[in-house]
Amino acid sequence: MWNKTKEGMLPDERRQLQGVRLHKLVERLYHNVPFYRQKLQEAGIMPSDINTIEDIRKLPFTTKQEMRDNYPCGLFAVPRNEIIRIHASSGTTGKPTIVGYTRKDLEVWSECIARSLYAWGVRSSDTVSVAYGYGLFTGGLGFHDGAQHLGATVLPTSTGNTEKHIRLLHDLQVTVLACTPSYALHLYETIIKMGYSMDDFALRIGCFGGEPWTESMRREIEQNMGIKAYNMYGLSEIMGPGVAHECECQNGSHFNEDHFFPEIIDPQTLEVLPDGQKGELVITTLTKEGIPLIRYRTRDLTSLIREQCPCGRTEVRIAPIMGRSDDMLIIRGINVFPSQIESVILDLQAFEPQYQLIVDRKNNLDTLDVLVEVKNGFYSDDLSQMLALKKELHDKLKSVLSINANVQLVEPGSIERSQGKSNRVVDKRVLK
Amino acid sequence: MIIKQLSVFLENRVGRTKEVTSLLANAGVDILAFSTADMIEFGVLRLVVPDVDRAASVLKEAGFATIVTDVVSVSCPNETGALASILAKLADNDISVEYMYALQQGGNARAIIRPSDLDKCVKALGSVDKD
Repeated sequence: MWNKTKEGMLPDERRQLQGVRLHKLVERLYHNVPFYRQKLQEAGIMPSDINTIEDIRKLPFTTKQEMRDNYPCGLFAVPRNEIIRIHASSGTTGKPTIVGYTRKDLEVWSECIARSLYAWGVRSSDTVSVAYGYGLFTGGLGFHDGAQHLGATVLPTSTGNTEKHIRLLHDLQVTVLACTPSYALHLYETIIKMGYSMDDFALRIGCFGGEPWTESMRREIEQNMGIKAYNMYGLSEIMGPGVAHECECQNGSHFNEDHFFPEIIDPQTLEVLPDGQKGELVITTLTKEGIPLIRYRTRDLTSLIREQCPCGRTEVRIAPIMGRSDDMLIIRGINVFPSQIESVILDLQAFEPQYQLIVDRKNNLDTLDVLVEVKNGFYSDDLSQMLALKKELHDKLKSVLSINANVQLVEPGSIERSQGKSNRVVDKRVLK
Repeated sequence: MIIKQLSVFLENRVGRTKEVTSLLANAGVDILAFSTADMIEFGVLRLVVPDVDRAASVLKEAGFATIVTDVVSVSCPNETGALASILAKLADNDISVEYMYALQQGGNARAIIRPSDLDKCVKALGSVDKD
């Protein structure tokens, strides 16, 4: 274990530590974040009411909408000069969700990722190719810092040029690959297409996250690539990758419980569910300074596994994510809400408020087709004008979602008019 | 002379062009000339018909997106070099052709041209286009 004191802590001792940290967290938020002070006052709670981790059930939930309402920095709990990094995820209305980190937050983040890497057998002698997107997205830089903290050699590949990436994996005899699982499959296919065999590579370990995946995808990756494939869970609102991670047992992801407290609730009644029961994951950031959140509703559906894990870690595990309690889609590891696409379409004069989204996975890469009808009066005999409309929508979607959508202009009336929102999205991806 | 051309926006799906022509046939509309232009997943069917307004309303009723555009129709006798001399006049006047196609009516052939500048084009062709 990278940090045996914390990862292997006796559960009772951990609960005590969590209680102390929760009290401090509520105190910090009460005094430093007007939004939380008001929320706590409305709930009739003073920081002195929160003393043990069990008291967490008295606290109100925090939603993504509340983060949006406090855009950009309303939930920051420290003065701006203590924030040394900002990340942002795409937002539903074009407004991104902003997350600020203090120096200590970045240290905790690196520590959590180092714990994951160490659990998977990564050591300072390894070379890690970080093929998550670098930039505002938390995946690239977060993982980068963690691998560097562990002492491994970091190759900051980011996303993009697959063939160049493969050449570097080969020439540098890279041992560890970090990316989305679907990208790993795509990488494998390209490796074969380029005429290599996996024997030409030194890859041993895959660190996969950013999107839901399944046991059969894991088997496919492990068999094809000859590596061990491990899952990592995280979300930018809470920190980024490294909130929870698998161990060598590959049986559920251990929560870094000394920093993040998980609960499972019924998304309808908001009641806390017993261990083992499937519901929505709610996370409290016990130690975060920059933008701490109380009982943040992740919308991810999973369950808690409390039984002691053979690896010796005493931290509770989460089962693989089984879906969402909202309509969010994860496309190439990027969170996309249909409402984001809708607002982009409605902002452009040329399109009807009718659209259909078709998500598919081709050659192990997610694709997004956006079908739209052009408004009467915006059709043109000039094909270059029609192409310009198409390009305009494509570019707007790209700037809001960071995704290359395949925009298709369809005939008027050809998109089925429906009452519900569900028909607007067709997800053809089969996660076997 | 300037005439009205009817364009129809079509997705590239089996049977769409057939649908348009059947609708016009049922309405007794004669198609004098046509051409298609296509991108990968959609295209435009361009038609010259005797009564553009009627044809347009038939197609609109059936839900098609139609566009009426001005184009130039110029007599182009069926003899060697006729088209070349028309196009030479356009080139001399710095007029480019966005697209063009042919129309035949009885013994007469005509070129349907969408030029970069309609008025300039009509003026340039004035001496050719006697009828």
